[in-house]
Amino acid sequence: MSSPRPVAISDHALEQLQYIRDTMERTGSFTAVPGWGGVAMGASALVAAVIAARQTDVRMWGIVWMFEVVLALAIGSAFILRKTRRGDRSMFAAPGRQFFLSFSPPVAAGGVLSWILYSQGAWAVLPGMWLMLYGAGVVTAGAFSVRVVPIMGLCFMGLGAMALACPAAWGNWFLAFGFGVLHVVFGLIIARRYGG
Amino acid sequence: MAKATASKLAAVKPSPTTVATRETQALDRLIHEKVRLGIVSALAASGPLTFVELRSLLATTDGNVSVHARKLEEAGYITCTKGYEGRVPRTEYALTADGRAALEKYLDHLGAILGALRKK
Repeated sequence: MSSPRPVAISDHALEQLQYIRDTMERTGSFTAVPGWGGVAMGASALVAAVIAARQTDVRMWGIVWMFEVVLALAIGSAFILRKTRRGDRSMFAAPGRQFFLSFSPPVAAGGVLSWILYSQGAWAVLPGMWLMLYGAGVVTAGAFSVRVVPIMGLCFMGLGAMALACPAAWGNWFLAFGFGVLHVVFGLIIARRYGG
Repeated sequence: MAKATASKLAAVKPSPTTVATRETQALDRLIHEKVRLGIVSALAASGPLTFVELRSLLATTDGNVSVHARKLEEAGYITCTKGYEGRVPRTEYALTADGRAALEKYLDHLGAILGALRKK
């Protein structure tokens, strides 16, 4: 009977390092944002984009997107709550708190700027600004999550920059592509790779 | 003269294999074990985690998590807080400063082993 071949010290050290890395990556994905929540948010944004496109009054267009922001926040919060409960932990435990503290400042800045720019009639820059600041929030919050989250944030930021450089009339479709399509695509990736 | 000093140093300097063996012997046996290393790594990456989260992350049994977590707790590497969320019992583990230092030291040792063997 042959005895098992001894494992080289270097192979064992590499194995242990790989195990530590894998565990840390899995831990990050365990506490990540909910993928299905992103898909639902994307779907609601696509519906909002279609409704907003039909508005002839720019004020009504703004109201449709404001309503969508509230709806998307509610959807996102509900899915985060569901995911954290599934993991038997509080939404306000360390990972949730880290995410909230990183995500909120750019989004709050976006809220204040929206109010000022909207009241000054500079609504044309709103889509680009929303996409960029939302993207900034996702990038900073994504620092505590799986790699795909900050990549999604960078896509939002890039799209925002493009929206600012393109004609204002395209703004609504940039919003549809960003908040709709990007959320659905990245939501599906997160849901399939990182469990829900 | 310089040649003589160099040859003397070469005689005293341990071989890479000796260094690697010495580093291997110095590894913290407590966190070298796979489940315990997993617990410490997971807590270092995410902050406090519940019993259920650790069990799912490490894909192991209830018994395994509790036995190994207790050993780490006894060593002062992690803390365990038992409480209730509503009516449901909840156990949460967190890494202590000693635990983090032990993991860092362990990583340093692994790095030293690989570094020494690369020189071979």
